[in-house]
Amino acid sequence: MSTPAVTDRTTGSLRGGSLPRWFPLAVIAASIVVAVAIGLGTGLHSKVQWGLIAAILAVLGTYVVAARVEGRRQARDRIATSLVWVCFLLAVIPLASLIWATVKRGVKVLDGYFLSHSMAGVADTEPGGGIYHALLGTLEQVGLATVVAVPIGVLTAIYLVEYGRGALARAVTFFVDVMTGIPSIVAGLFVLSFWILILKMGYSGFAGSLALAILMMPVVVRSTEEMLKLVPNELREASLALGIPKWRTILKVVLPTSLGGIATGVMLSIARITGETAPVLLLVWGTNFINSNPFSDPQASLPLFIYQQYANSSGSGAAYDRAWAAALTLIAFVMILNLVARGIARWKAPKTGR
Amino acid sequence: MEISTQHTDPAPPLAAPSTAVGKRAARGATRPGDRIFLGLSRGSGILLLVIMAAIAVFLTYRAALAISKDDGNFLTTFEWNTGLLPAKFGIAVLAFGTVVSSIVAMALAVPVAVGIALFLTHYAPRRLAGPIAYVIDLLAAVPSIVYGLWGALVLVPHLSGLYGWLDAYLGWTGILSWQGGAPRSLLTVGILLAIMILPIITNVSREVFRQVPRMHEEAALALGATRWEVIRMAVLPFGRSGVISASMLGLGRALGETMAVATVLSPTFDIQASLLDPGGGTFAQNIASKFNEATEFGQDALIASGLVLFVITLLVNGAARMIINRRKEYSGANA
Repeated sequence: MSTPAVTDRTTGSLRGGSLPRWFPLAVIAASIVVAVAIGLGTGLHSKVQWGLIAAILAVLGTYVVAARVEGRRQARDRIATSLVWVCFLLAVIPLASLIWATVKRGVKVLDGYFLSHSMAGVADTEPGGGIYHALLGTLEQVGLATVVAVPIGVLTAIYLVEYGRGALARAVTFFVDVMTGIPSIVAGLFVLSFWILILKMGYSGFAGSLALAILMMPVVVRSTEEMLKLVPNELREASLALGIPKWRTILKVVLPTSLGGIATGVMLSIARITGETAPVLLLVWGTNFINSNPFSDPQASLPLFIYQQYANSSGSGAAYDRAWAAALTLIAFVMILNLVARGIARWKAPKTGR
Repeated sequence: MEISTQHTDPAPPLAAPSTAVGKRAARGATRPGDRIFLGLSRGSGILLLVIMAAIAVFLTYRAALAISKDDGNFLTTFEWNTGLLPAKFGIAVLAFGTVVSSIVAMALAVPVAVGIALFLTHYAPRRLAGPIAYVIDLLAAVPSIVYGLWGALVLVPHLSGLYGWLDAYLGWTGILSWQGGAPRSLLTVGILLAIMILPIITNVSREVFRQVPRMHEEAALALGATRWEVIRMAVLPFGRSGVISASMLGLGRALGETMAVATVLSPTFDIQASLLDPGGGTFAQNIASKFNEATEFGQDALIASGLVLFVITLLVNGAARMIINRRKEYSGANA
């Protein structure tokens, strides 16, 4: 990555015209000053607009000056550089705002009481109550979904990598890819049509976890497949050459070698389905009370709790506070899963290419 | 994902040629353990296919129940009335809203995401790129309901300024005029969806750009190309199929996004001429908002609209896969 700096200098010295290193910073500073002046002068009160004006000025200014001094090609290079920086800054604003808003508004009611009490007997517009019932529901539903999806996903990946050849394997690969793109609400509708409308099983946490499992499977297959492909063939051959059956080779050599990566993939897929709201909305229904049995009667769930607090609150501050606090809890949960997954990935990374 | 990039390190395995022989010999084995294991793993693969087929069959079955009693035209009716018989419902409004909001999202997200991916792989200072990529990875995991909550309570109040500006300068186009309602319109939905799919598109594009052979870039640099010319001549052509697949993944998510749309949009069952005026709806949002009050027949009608969404996403994802698979054969990168 250090090459570009070198190139700039050499071409500069050959061509003569070259702008000093502080030039981009100077342009940015100048355009911010001008943008603030314009903003104050014309009475634009939105800081975002000031930022946009500054960005446009910086890009144009860079181009004009660079085209004068360095020539068209260099100017184009500089404009690309500044556009890329603008893209980056543009994306940072909403994402930073999201995190900031969630943390700032979430910590208001997030405490031990909030985590250990349900919403039983608390009206949507009153303060108080908590998310214990929702946490419990989410953990049970996600746990059940994991138990259903992981064995199927891992076995499918093993089939694709170790055995898969021919039409069946191609079909499975293709449909796993397609399945990755199934909207969560469609998975929910499927379980609804099959489990609830046809088998008449009623709303329950388990119905939700069936839909979550459908969403989870392709992700597990994909990541496991990638990991199995990374296992060097020499390891398999060494084991097979010792006369060990293929299934034992897979279980004792291939899987342990890629276990870290598989665990990472599973954790990431758990993180993904934990935040799914739509299937839970259709299948688990939601309740204000603690229901620890996922196999009968409606349960609550964290994402669903956020939605219901938002939708049923009719604008009451207390409900919004609870929604933000639950959102913060959910994000924290998902982030921790992600961090742990990445930790495992780093710790157990297969050592390839010595 | 971090691991998968490691094997691009040039480390030619010296003992590679024996691979094919070893595999073929092992396949001939018919020990009971082998057969059971093969059966189990093949069974799981088949189960996945069965699930996909079952989704299609059951959705079609329930949808057929509803559509056969539809008094309007399922494709063109501008109404969703399933409570009273004769029922009258159609998906025209939903299809319009879904497509429009997704197009807005893609138009906003893809260029920015490609820009960020380039920023991370080619422009950002090394020390900055790692942590930023990490944060974007994490942001891809933020649940959609949190985006929805943020969109409804933070983004929507901030958009009035933009809407006023658009109306003042671009209102003459008709599609960007604004009557001054709350900015809970398809454009807002599109903006929020763009923010949501940004991390995914960025992540996938970044992986692809990172795999551009170092030699291609260095060859271009050696010929005196500027950094931008390197990107245009070596990086973008190599990464095109990857960017397309990334965009398709993003599109798939945008098409099927439920909760973020349900929280941000104020739905009506008609088509607004302007993107800025509140109203309209999407397939997923309509299902989520109408589900609670639906009778069993109403649920079937919602399933029918879900079937349409399913088919659309199948087509989008299938097309994306076809493009990627075809491109894979041509790009000589893996040779």
